Amino acid sequence: MPERSENVPNRFRLGDLDAFEALFREHQRSVYGWILRIVRDPAAAEDLTIETFWRIHRAHDRFEPARAFEPWARRIATRAALDWLRARRSESGFTDQDVADLPSKSAPDPGIAAEVRLKTAQAFARLPPGLRVAAVLSVIEEQPHKDVAAALGISVGAVKLRVFRAIRLLRKDLLQQGITP
Amino acid sequence: MNKQEEGRIKQILRESLPPVDPAVEPARDLWPAVLRRIDADPAAAPGLPRQNWFDWALLAGLVVFAVSFPATIPVFLYYL
Repeated sequence: MPERSENVPNRFRLGDLDAFEALFREHQRSVYGWILRIVRDPAAAEDLTIETFWRIHRAHDRFEPARAFEPWARRIATRAALDWLRARRSESGFTDQDVADLPSKSAPDPGIAAEVRLKTAQAFARLPPGLRVAAVLSVIEEQPHKDVAAALGISVGAVKLRVFRAIRLLRKDLLQQGITP
Repeated sequence: MNKQEEGRIKQILRESLPPVDPAVEPARDLWPAVLRRIDADPAAAPGLPRQNWFDWALLAGLVVFAVSFPATIPVFLYYL
């Protein structure tokens, strides 16, 4: 029923559960992938995807059907992921197993020692969550700055500044561990 | 930190935390869990009025200000 599917955003705004399910089915993969890129933990990414869609459902009356659903969902997902990172900040961060378990599209460079990779991942986990998210999305995942800015609700200039600060802090941490980049 | 150093750190970072596979998807269907989460939260039911804590905090701040400085009340009323 094309007429019905065209009305999905409008029906979702009015609280229609079927429309919400249609949007969930269409976007759950991309929202999950976006969150996984930030938190780098598949089990946590699943829980945060559920949390994100719950937040989306709660905010249905604030959704503007004329605007795209995906960037709005990403922004809510980014906020949920940031909350999770802030809550976990006191924990130890990445282990070598965490790094190895993540579904990746590239094999590691044998020219960089495994110990350096692990220490870098652990130093990265110690960065403030706001800097981490900007750096992981811009540097590691190579997402366009404007998409990262929209997801974080900040300007493109602020994203670039956060990435610069993240790299500078990472360098300082690595130098303190005796690793010269 | 020069550009070369910055580029080297970015490269080590990419090697340490490789990009996630774009084709990745959840290991299970998350819809039943989303429904359970919604059902567990009665505040999410459509039609219920939303309580915004910021509105109440702003109102409380205004009342405290008005009590502390009663002489400003006519000025506020003039500009309303």
